[in-house]
Amino acid sequence: MLAYTLKRFSLAVLVALTVSFVTFMLLRFSGDPAAALAGVNATPRQIEFVRVKYGMDRPVLIQYAAWARRALEGDFGESNYFNQPVQAIIGGRLSVTMTLGGCALAFAVLLGIPMGVLAAVRPNTWVDRVALTISVIGQAMPSFFFGLILIIVFGVMLRWLPISGSDSWRHFVLPSIALGYYATPAIMRLTRSGMLEVLASDYIRTAKAKGLRSGSVLFKHALRNAIIPVVSLLAVQFGFMLGGSLVIETIFAINGVGFLGYESISRADLPMVQAIVLLVSMFYVVLTFLADLFNAFLDPRIRVG
Amino acid sequence: MSEQAAGHIQEVEFPSPGEILRRRTLAHKGFMIGAGVLCFLLLVALLAPALAPHDPYRQDLGNRLVDPIWHEKGTWAHPLGTDNLGRDYLSRLMYGARISLLIGVSAMILSGLIGVSLGIVAGYFGGRVDMVVSFLITTRLSMPVVLVALAVVALIGGSLNVIILVLGLLIWDRFAVVMRSSTQQIRSSDYISAAKAIGCSTPRILFTELMPNVLNNLIVVATLEIAHAVLLEAALSFLGMGVQPPLPSWGLMVSEGKEFMLFSPWIIMIPGFVLSLLVLSVNLMGDGIRDITAPEGRS
Repeated sequence: MLAYTLKRFSLAVLVALTVSFVTFMLLRFSGDPAAALAGVNATPRQIEFVRVKYGMDRPVLIQYAAWARRALEGDFGESNYFNQPVQAIIGGRLSVTMTLGGCALAFAVLLGIPMGVLAAVRPNTWVDRVALTISVIGQAMPSFFFGLILIIVFGVMLRWLPISGSDSWRHFVLPSIALGYYATPAIMRLTRSGMLEVLASDYIRTAKAKGLRSGSVLFKHALRNAIIPVVSLLAVQFGFMLGGSLVIETIFAINGVGFLGYESISRADLPMVQAIVLLVSMFYVVLTFLADLFNAFLDPRIRVG
Repeated sequence: MSEQAAGHIQEVEFPSPGEILRRRTLAHKGFMIGAGVLCFLLLVALLAPALAPHDPYRQDLGNRLVDPIWHEKGTWAHPLGTDNLGRDYLSRLMYGARISLLIGVSAMILSGLIGVSLGIVAGYFGGRVDMVVSFLITTRLSMPVVLVALAVVALIGGSLNVIILVLGLLIWDRFAVVMRSSTQQIRSSDYISAAKAIGCSTPRILFTELMPNVLNNLIVVATLEIAHAVLLEAALSFLGMGVQPPLPSWGLMVSEGKEFMLFSPWIIMIPGFVLSLLVLSVNLMGDGIRDITAPEGRS
């Protein structure tokens, strides 16, 4: 297990480094950061002044090395817009995004797993078909469109819930649904196929033959085993959600990292964008790392193979 | 005796493989619906200049936010109403189909070229090559697509070419993953070994032996990736950093209508609906192809 953990860990570190390098290069070569920093009305001389002042005239590899060394110490530079350290601004927004992501994940789990179980218990009936339809349509609707429909229906027509801001728990209901909905099809499908497989196995037949109540068979024996792959899917989905929360946070004006990312992109605040991309990637890397460990812990074959 | 039996068999008509495929295709409801809707949208996109009742760019400030025909104040002059600049909504919608499909298909082709090459090479050669490609896939998956695409497109500027290029360079991961595993599955099959034994060159094996056998999986991923690219383009345009006005992208139309959606919900419902319809039909088609070509589904 230790060897496997070390192997996975070094891979995760390598991925993290590569992501930071690729993002750095992408952002450097997509535009002129000095021009962005100097402002729209800056003269060439002013731009040149900014370039030299911030060390952007140095070779880009050296710039990256300098940035990476400071980033390792937790210093991501200063935001062009706030004139404050990037990490301080992001730190203040992180809890909002994590709350949103957590609620969205909870919503996806509470909807996806029961639907998957139902669909597996009654395969090829209307229950199964409704679940399938919901998942197919869900995947087709763009998240911003779904979010706007939620706003129109529950915020404006029914007036049940607030539609913008992040002041109370009620502000998180609609965005969590909008964000979490996209994870439900995958969770549902995996739960369904896992349950179908487990329900056909010998130990379930034995449990039924012993005369156990069907509820007990279903949840204690079957779901427990079927849910193992779902757990690692959840980790991956949570990582995707943090990335996708940009769109949802922008629609619902939630002051999280995603909205900050959107605003920073509009302001060409490169140090901020750089740090946010890295942060979201890191979450994904850490989550998949933990999911791998979790799987290996449960299934010894993975550790050896 | 044996001649009799053979004659007997010949009397029963066996459907040819093509015939079986045709029957399976026609019997698959999801595929037929998806393909039908997609063909319709494709036709609309191709014939937009002929079909559109108005110039999609012509503003008519005297006729702003005209309601669509199913509202009381709707007129046949503008069946789907007009937007906040008085531009005919139906015409914009038709031209928008061109943008969505153009970006969807082009980004799919570009990402397909990258992903398929990487996936097949990794799956066929294995070892170090596979390690490197797997690492690239993991790295790519760790990068948040929307965030990176948004940042890069915003910095370079949202022209159609830039959007296609950026999306194409970002969404090759599923191609690579699927092609890698399909190739691994058939790498050690007898016909590949046979081709090696008679001295076929590696490119020849890859193109004439391997490719035809992973083609089904490739087509499925390709359709799903069109849907993916269409959704991403819409999201970028919705956020104001994708397709730039006055081009009629459906995502941009939702964004432009957002201000007016409280009084005229149709203004976001119409582009949002056709966008979902396009993605839904492409997805249905992809799922359908998977079902139709899956060996276990053959009866």
